[in-house]
Amino acid sequence: MIPLGPLPAAVPPSWYLILSAILFALGVLGFLLRRNIITVFMSIELMLNAVNLSFVTFSYVLKRVDGHIFSFFVMVVAAAEAAVGLAIILTVFKNRQTLEIDEVSSLKN
Amino acid sequence: MQLWLIPILPFLGFLLNGLLGKKLSKPVINAIAVGSVLLSFVWVVKTLSALGAFSGGLEETYKEHYYTWIQSGMLNISVDFAIDRLTAVMLMVVTGVGTLIHIYAVGYMAHEGGYYRFFAYLNLFMFFMLILVLGANFLLLFVGWEGVGLCSYLLIGFYFLEKFATDAGNKAFIVNRIGDFGFALAIFLVAIHFGSLDFGTVFTQIKAMPIETSAGIFTVISLLLLLGATGKSAQIPLYVWLPAAMAGPTPVSALIHAATMVTAGVYMIARTSQIYLHSPWALDIVAIVGLTTAFVAATIGLAQNDIKKVFAYSTVSQLGYMFVGLGVGAFSAGIFHLMTHAFFKALLFLGAGSVIHACSGEQDMRYMGGLRKYTPITMVTLLCGSLAIAGFPFLSGAASKDLILEAAYEHAPWMYWVGVFTAGMTAFYVFRAFFLTFFGEYKGKPAAGHGHGHDDAHGHDGHGHGTPHESPAVMWIPLAILAVLSVGGGFINIPHFLEPLFPLQEGEPARWLEYVAMAAGLGGIAMAYLFYVVSPGLPESLATTFKGLHTLIYNKYFVDEFYDATVVEPMVDGSRQLLWRVADVQVIDGVANGIGSTARGLGGILRRAQSGYIRSYAAWVLAGSILAIAYIGFMGLAR
Amino acid sequence: MDTILFLIFAAIAVICGINLVVQTHPISSALSLVGVMGALAALYLLLGGEFIAAAQLVVYAGAIMVLFVFVIMLLNAGTEKRLNVRPLGKYLGAPLLLVFFGMMAYLIQKVMPPSSPVVFGAFQGGTAAEIGKSLFTVYLLPFEVTSVLILIAILGAIVLARKEVD
Repeated sequence: MIPLGPLPAAVPPSWYLILSAILFALGVLGFLLRRNIITVFMSIELMLNAVNLSFVTFSYVLKRVDGHIFSFFVMVVAAAEAAVGLAIILTVFKNRQTLEIDEVSSLKN
Repeated sequence: MQLWLIPILPFLGFLLNGLLGKKLSKPVINAIAVGSVLLSFVWVVKTLSALGAFSGGLEETYKEHYYTWIQSGMLNISVDFAIDRLTAVMLMVVTGVGTLIHIYAVGYMAHEGGYYRFFAYLNLFMFFMLILVLGANFLLLFVGWEGVGLCSYLLIGFYFLEKFATDAGNKAFIVNRIGDFGFALAIFLVAIHFGSLDFGTVFTQIKAMPIETSAGIFTVISLLLLLGATGKSAQIPLYVWLPAAMAGPTPVSALIHAATMVTAGVYMIARTSQIYLHSPWALDIVAIVGLTTAFVAATIGLAQNDIKKVFAYSTVSQLGYMFVGLGVGAFSAGIFHLMTHAFFKALLFLGAGSVIHACSGEQDMRYMGGLRKYTPITMVTLLCGSLAIAGFPFLSGAASKDLILEAAYEHAPWMYWVGVFTAGMTAFYVFRAFFLTFFGEYKGKPAAGHGHGHDDAHGHDGHGHGTPHESPAVMWIPLAILAVLSVGGGFINIPHFLEPLFPLQEGEPARWLEYVAMAAGLGGIAMAYLFYVVSPGLPESLATTFKGLHTLIYNKYFVDEFYDATVVEPMVDGSRQLLWRVADVQVIDGVANGIGSTARGLGGILRRAQSGYIRSYAAWVLAGSILAIAYIGFMGLAR
Repeated sequence: MDTILFLIFAAIAVICGINLVVQTHPISSALSLVGVMGALAALYLLLGGEFIAAAQLVVYAGAIMVLFVFVIMLLNAGTEKRLNVRPLGKYLGAPLLLVFFGMMAYLIQKVMPPSSPVVFGAFQGGTAAEIGKSLFTVYLLPFEVTSVLILIAILGAIVLARKEVD
């Protein structure tokens, strides 16, 4: 497992995956804890990146290119999503004059 | 033989008048209403003569099967009509007297509102009564039984804008219901014990069984049937509805509460005679109930001032006589009295209606009097009826009543003496009414002009109110026919006719029994003459002397008040406190509202998930996904 | 050598990630995110994903993050007042996350098939040629669909950000 002692020459792929998990967890944390809409959005991007890393790792393990393709598509979708999402944020800001996520709660109850 | 036409014709009349009556003119409504019953009568006569009833035939029951109504396990109930000699008598009485009363009602109700409704209900009543009589099993009898109860309610409460009328209707229906409860229980027992409700099947089975000496199934069934009969035929303890039923129009009182519906109980006991014959103890109870009722009702009738109430209590009393006849085993005598009573009681009621019509709606006898100058036809016909009921020799009433009294003597002499005394009272109160109405001076509103000529052979309607006037022909012709029947009806030898069903007893009864009864009747008439014609002050002084007794009788022994206090009030109160406050408001409403408020509460809890905060949504998603991953992961690992 | 490279870039990624969550001003968070992406690009290289690494830097860090920075500056977003975290988040969210992370780690350990360690250059299938070959044959349909998706996104962004026509 995770060996303690002298560093190995190369790391097993599971370490990459653990790194991906850590980044994902950080992204979720940011999403839950931050109040600025834009920061929340960026946490989402962080989560997407973590997943990308996971894809590429598995692509390496299985010796196939499909993981890379997936990762490519994720990036494309993230780009589109960022564009539209930011446009929405702009509109919300124009209407509410606030970037606090808690104040955009008209759907309450 | 198309027996079904007999009830269906009046039913058609009901449908036509009930649905279209609003748009039809009076002559058309009359034609439909009277015509349907008349046609029914004609059909009865035709059927009976075809069956040979008038010429010594019809020894066996003639049955027609229509369709199977209920087929459930071993119970097979079909819609069958059957005619035997008993049914023949009932059919003739019901349709014959019914037709006459329908004709009379055309004249009596001429000025009343709701004309078509009245005749529709009257036709519906005929329909149900005929089903009751023609039914060949207990269930059909019960259908007719309930149906006539319904029509009675509708017709008593005909003037539904008057509270006392609707109250009377309610009283009739509710008191009847109590009787019907007993009847229904009896039907259930019959179905359980004999496996069928068909008269033929059940009675054949019973004939082969031994007579009970102690309380057994026959006694129970008989007593339950008796309960039903006391409700419908107004015997003690369920007679209180009949005097109140006088709130309905007089033709209703004549038809339903004198000639036909109230006799349903008598008919029912006669029909189920086999059951009663197997339980002598129950038969005794029937006789005692009848005798007590006859006596008590007669005493109440002595002091009433409303002419219709006098006749109402008279009906109760005469029904008691019929029950006595049944109870001492003389079933045919009871049915004979049923027939003659239909004649003279219908006559008395219709005559009373004529009198009331003459006095422009006045029913209190203290404001009548001297009407023999103004309404001679009515007087003559009423005289016939009164003589009949009083037991004047050779008239119909005497013939049937004597038979009953003789049979009573054979059974238990004390019954005979009570019956004779009651006969005397009967004669007294009937002639009290007669003399108060027709003799003396007219005590009503003063006459504005002079009265119309008497003895108009053709009826006319152009009368001024204020002076008493004779009724139109459409009203006194039925009276005349009924008078003839009251006088001559005694010569129709019903007991002989019913012999195949109810074997007659052997031997001639002692002649003196007849004479004593006759003497009692004549004595009653004489006393009434004395009290009300010769010395009119006598009743007043007697009343003051025996004040307590008079008050007791006048207030009908306070029976109504007693029932009110013991039965009605507790039930209404109990309903209000228990059933309404607790069962309805708390339990049922509580459950219904409770479901609503539970749903609301649940919604309130679940609503918290919809906080509107995006982040809490994310938290929920995270929690869910953790659960999902854990589940899949560890399931996978476990493998 | 690979180990050291991995550790360095992993550390950069984690530290930048933590920085993203902790910083109050959105600009600081944006810059931290750029750092994360850069580190990840290096890691992709280690894993043999040359094209992906390049795409990451050009598209993600170069276009998307620039867009983010533009919007932040346009909206003049200031620092957040305080990290006023609702108690529910603080006391429930963080432990939940730890649990999540721990679970993932454990599962990964158990389930991974034994494989060789990651060596730079061991996987040659991530070249542009390979990706292009796969993209235009096997994944042709998704490729076309994503182009439509981008078109829709452009339209959407234009509609949303338009000034009202008075």
